[in-house]
Amino acid sequence: MVRQTQAYRVSNPVDINVASASGAIQTPPRGANLETRQDNVISIINLNVYYGAFHAVADVSFDVPKHHVTALIGPSGCGKSTVLRSINRMNDLVPGARVEGSIKYHGHDICSPRVDPVEVRRRIGMVFQKPNPFPKSIYENVAWGARINGIRGNMDELVERSLRQAALWDEVKDKLKDSGLALSGGQQQRLCIARTLAINPDVILMDEPASALDPISTLKIEDLMRDLVRQYTIVIVTHNMQQAARVSDQTVFFSLNERRQGVLVEASPTRELFTNPRDQRTEDYITGRFG
Amino acid sequence: MSAAAQSRDVLVAPDTSSRLRRREVQGRVLRGLFAGATSFAVIVLAVLLLSIVLDGYDWLSWRLITEMPSRRPEEAGLLSALMGTLWVISLTAIVALPVGIGAAIYLEEYAPRNWWTRILQTNISNLAGVPSVVYGLLGLGVFVNLFGLGRSVISGALTMALLILPVIIIASQEAIRAVPLSLRQGAFALGATRWQVARHHVLPAALPGILTGTILALSRAIGETAPLLVVGAAGYIAFNPNSLTDQFTVLPIQIFNWTGRPQDDFKHLAAAGIIVLLVVLLGMNAVAIFLRQRFSKRW
Repeated sequence: MVRQTQAYRVSNPVDINVASASGAIQTPPRGANLETRQDNVISIINLNVYYGAFHAVADVSFDVPKHHVTALIGPSGCGKSTVLRSINRMNDLVPGARVEGSIKYHGHDICSPRVDPVEVRRRIGMVFQKPNPFPKSIYENVAWGARINGIRGNMDELVERSLRQAALWDEVKDKLKDSGLALSGGQQQRLCIARTLAINPDVILMDEPASALDPISTLKIEDLMRDLVRQYTIVIVTHNMQQAARVSDQTVFFSLNERRQGVLVEASPTRELFTNPRDQRTEDYITGRFG
Repeated sequence: MSAAAQSRDVLVAPDTSSRLRRREVQGRVLRGLFAGATSFAVIVLAVLLLSIVLDGYDWLSWRLITEMPSRRPEEAGLLSALMGTLWVISLTAIVALPVGIGAAIYLEEYAPRNWWTRILQTNISNLAGVPSVVYGLLGLGVFVNLFGLGRSVISGALTMALLILPVIIIASQEAIRAVPLSLRQGAFALGATRWQVARHHVLPAALPGILTGTILALSRAIGETAPLLVVGAAGYIAFNPNSLTDQFTVLPIQIFNWTGRPQDDFKHLAAAGIIVLLVVLLGMNAVAIFLRQRFSKRW
């Protein structure tokens, strides 16, 4: 079953999302600025991130097109997650972290100290590597974020809609009062996605969302991403190149330079990056020759 | 597989059987020492309790907690001291809890990690080790004299609150720190403010630990004598406190007062008083355990 879907995702060009993706993306090489594109939700320009004296990410620039899945791949410690966490200001919570450069979200610079990180995170949601549902009921897990953000109206309806969107409703509809922690790992992760959807974000960041899950759960999350990308813009960090190939429309490859800083090597449409990489380092990495 | 077995043999070989026996003896001796240390503490405590119960059992009666102190031991009770203790402890809790938990939330959830907060932190730890009589002197200087609150219940309670504040802050900080970071991140990622994260996720998760630490600190305060003596709790009070500015006495001071009397009967009365104090203490600890269980079960 897993293999089937893989084949479907990768080889069938008629798949609506992949098709629209390869049609829409004409990303220039090396993640150069794409100021000309109209439908970029996020443009990262010369991003530098420091942890104390350590320069973790150096001069990273790339764009995140609307209604596309952008995958960030690369070896451990190359700054993928750091870049991801800069997009919704989660690095603010890390003592000693400093971000330079700019991240334009619909033209607004997210990195500006005048921008309220709470406001940013409300629009740019995040799903973490390890499922982290709240120690509350399934219902409350979804409703809490909506409630604190002042979303009014029929909460039952919102909870149901969010759980349906996250492909979890059928599994939990009879036990909404049960603890979110009683679910399996894969269900917990979809619950975390549901609670993110409930605040109706514009962009969803996913930090290795399936790396702690079994293959079946992983597959469900991947299918879910393809569904969600019709309405949302998704940026995902993954260690799994097959996953990047399966779910993403654009892939950004990071690596370490000689000073152990995370740098962007190549940002291309996924199919292009995996079949015809522009950079030798990309090719070495995707063919498993990375040293 | 045979290679693995071989390498294991090589590793085991230098440990000849006499060496191995020496290590096993060492382990047994240390185990005995540690068990001895534990039993020593428990036995001393048991002997103390036993001697107190033997001394005071015959004097234990309802009269003890329904009567005021008196010059005649057969008529004396410790009602005023019991009420004084309840007043002081309740007021101490009312003052120290919000301040202590608030300080812990600030230090863990809001404060940046810099030299200033490090100094604060070190000072709080040091304050937890300051002898209680020093707090008594502080209370005498500030609450009794400077604020003009006099030798009153409120002066005693404020002094006690200062005394246990560092302990409450440290215990609460530890409970808050034990809340997993992933929980906070999940809440922050939904656009929660710091206060919403603290109020809805960190505090409920940390509450059992905070309550336990707080009640243990209050239990310690109940047994304190020195600071209240300095602040001016009286040794002989034949009325219950009715307001914050009334004079007062507390159980340990009443007990201390009785042990100082020449008559033997008062010594027995003191032992009975200690039993009452212990019951109050055990009661509070039971509440702490109950609350911990109750709140831990919420998920």
